[in-house]
Amino acid sequence: MPSIPVSASSPPLLRAEGLVVHFHTRDGVVRAVDGVDFEVGRGETLGIVGESGSGKTISSLALLRLVPPPARIEAGRVLFEGEDLLALPETAMTRVRGRRISMIFQNPATSLNPILSVGAQLSEILVWHGMATKREAPERIAELLRLVGLTDPAARLRQYPHELSGGMRQRVGIARALLCDPSLVLADEPTTALDVTIQAQILDLLAELRARLGMSMVLVTHDMGVVARMADRITVMYAGRVCESGSARTIFHSPQHPYTRALLDSMPRLDRSYRSGGRQLLPAIAGRPPGLLNPPAGCRFAARCPEATAECRRVLPVQVAVGPDHMVACLRRGSQGMAA
Amino acid sequence: MSTAGPLLQVEKLSKHYSVGSRGLFRRSGGTIRAVDDVSFHLRVGETLGLVGESGCGKTTTARSILHLVQPTGGTVRFEGEDILPVFAAGARPDVLRIRSRLQYVFQDPTLALNPRWTIGETLREPLRIHWPGRRDQWEARIAELLGLVGLEPQHAWRYPHEFSGGQRQRVGIARALAVEPRLLILDEPVSSLDISVRAQILNLLVSLQQRLGLGYLYISHDLASVRFVSSHVAVMYLGKLVEMAEVDAIFARPRHHYTRALLSAIPVPDPDSTQPRIALQGEVPSALRRPAGCPFHPRCPAARTVCREVEPRLEEDEFGHRLACHNPA
Repeated sequence: MPSIPVSASSPPLLRAEGLVVHFHTRDGVVRAVDGVDFEVGRGETLGIVGESGSGKTISSLALLRLVPPPARIEAGRVLFEGEDLLALPETAMTRVRGRRISMIFQNPATSLNPILSVGAQLSEILVWHGMATKREAPERIAELLRLVGLTDPAARLRQYPHELSGGMRQRVGIARALLCDPSLVLADEPTTALDVTIQAQILDLLAELRARLGMSMVLVTHDMGVVARMADRITVMYAGRVCESGSARTIFHSPQHPYTRALLDSMPRLDRSYRSGGRQLLPAIAGRPPGLLNPPAGCRFAARCPEATAECRRVLPVQVAVGPDHMVACLRRGSQGMAA
Repeated sequence: MSTAGPLLQVEKLSKHYSVGSRGLFRRSGGTIRAVDDVSFHLRVGETLGLVGESGCGKTTTARSILHLVQPTGGTVRFEGEDILPVFAAGARPDVLRIRSRLQYVFQDPTLALNPRWTIGETLREPLRIHWPGRRDQWEARIAELLGLVGLEPQHAWRYPHEFSGGQRQRVGIARALAVEPRLLILDEPVSSLDISVRAQILNLLVSLQQRLGLGYLYISHDLASVRFVSSHVAVMYLGKLVEMAEVDAIFARPRHHYTRALLSAIPVPDPDSTQPRIALQGEVPSALRRPAGCPFHPRCPAARTVCREVEPRLEEDEFGHRLACHNPA
């Protein structure tokens, strides 16, 4: 997979800096995203991986200022094509959403409007953004439906979501995301709701669109297989913080953060026998992710980390470069500590 | 009861639903063959992984075995006993005797545990039902069960909401083990858990099996976990068993074209993977419009004329590899 170097001369398409999102609950403040940085280059796919509660979805929603209440963006900047999206007035944001940055949702069954035909709901978006008149819209939509591999687009325009299969609905979801020719597409678990053979078709389609359109994408997923197949660069999140960022090859072949290593080791593999030479067990990670209502003072992974020292439990590690395009937040890898 | 025979023997199990034959317009009715003529067996200490995509009939097969849905045909012998007629007759002592030996672990432990019961109460329930005469042993058994699944004795006083998903699934497993079953049906037991916790539960299942000599029927769409847990794997497509063999044979040398496509469709966690992909055209057809001949032929890269006309029988080779295909790889 070609990895596109982010050179100093071309600034990244999008850079999130010091993103902080808190949930204000009855029980207190849940620090769901707590100082997160990542960047996406032009034509690049950034994979954000992590388990549920790691803050990956909230981070991607924060880019569009769509975090659901009681969550609130507390701090940070989202630099995108020369402006800070977090500082824009709300009216200007509505021109960014769906137009310059669009989304592909996890479940196409619930993200499409069940009472509008495919043509009607896609046309609404084009007309709203002033990209086409009501009369011109069907032609543009048919062109996109063809692009995402749907046959007989004219007939599809008149169909309702319930008349389509899951795979076809997700193709419509992708066509919708591409309608306004956006600079960046956010895809949150775009294939998790699909069966594996359909997932493979949708991943093929996304890869093809990326090659043909030079599409830039943020792919949020918990599936290490999907991210290995799709991402140029990967950001690994754990308990609201970034552990490690780097090229896909670096993350899979020379991970440095103990969490990344442990996670990759603990996953069962399709291409390994667990019965030849006696029954083998998986190198599981003991314990579980910390609660974020009162997160531990130091490194969030310290309680489960085989390498943790007393210092790791006291101070938060700051990301440090350990190689070209490879950042790690770990005191044992040379990170500076920051008093929590 | 012979101990040498299989723990579970499923013969020609079918679950058919007839649809749309009544009603205002009397549309031409149809039959959905959710499970169709499925046969397999499972020995003590073995795990049969049952795999396939949504709608293939794997969960209906499991539920039919326990008579949670009423099968339309076939027999299920458990420890040599023909159990479907026992469930159908519904005499409580007989049903309980079988249920205590044959337990089900659900996918989502949050939904499967009563939120108003402490963990102790949840574990006491099967003992109350199945061991009414052994009341003096209940508390010791609850403590033993908690230890068996890696929880602490004081956890008996807590409620499900105080636990993480992984701990709740440990409780779900402990409850299934309470009355010393011989066979567990595990329906996607790790799918709802965080990825860093799945390995713990998978290891627990394997260790418990070795310690207690259990048989498992493990249902999952996560084929990597199937490879880890199973000794044998059965692949279903549109209600039919299409291939079944020892786990390493299925993964290293799959012979049915559907199995091959299914395995090759799973993205490998390696960006340099050169794994060849067998792309399948289209989607699984509706069970109402089941293709004639081999149900897989419209999507099969190796389909021949015979595949469109004659449904292949599941046949076994000399290595015990069972396959329903006219033109295998």
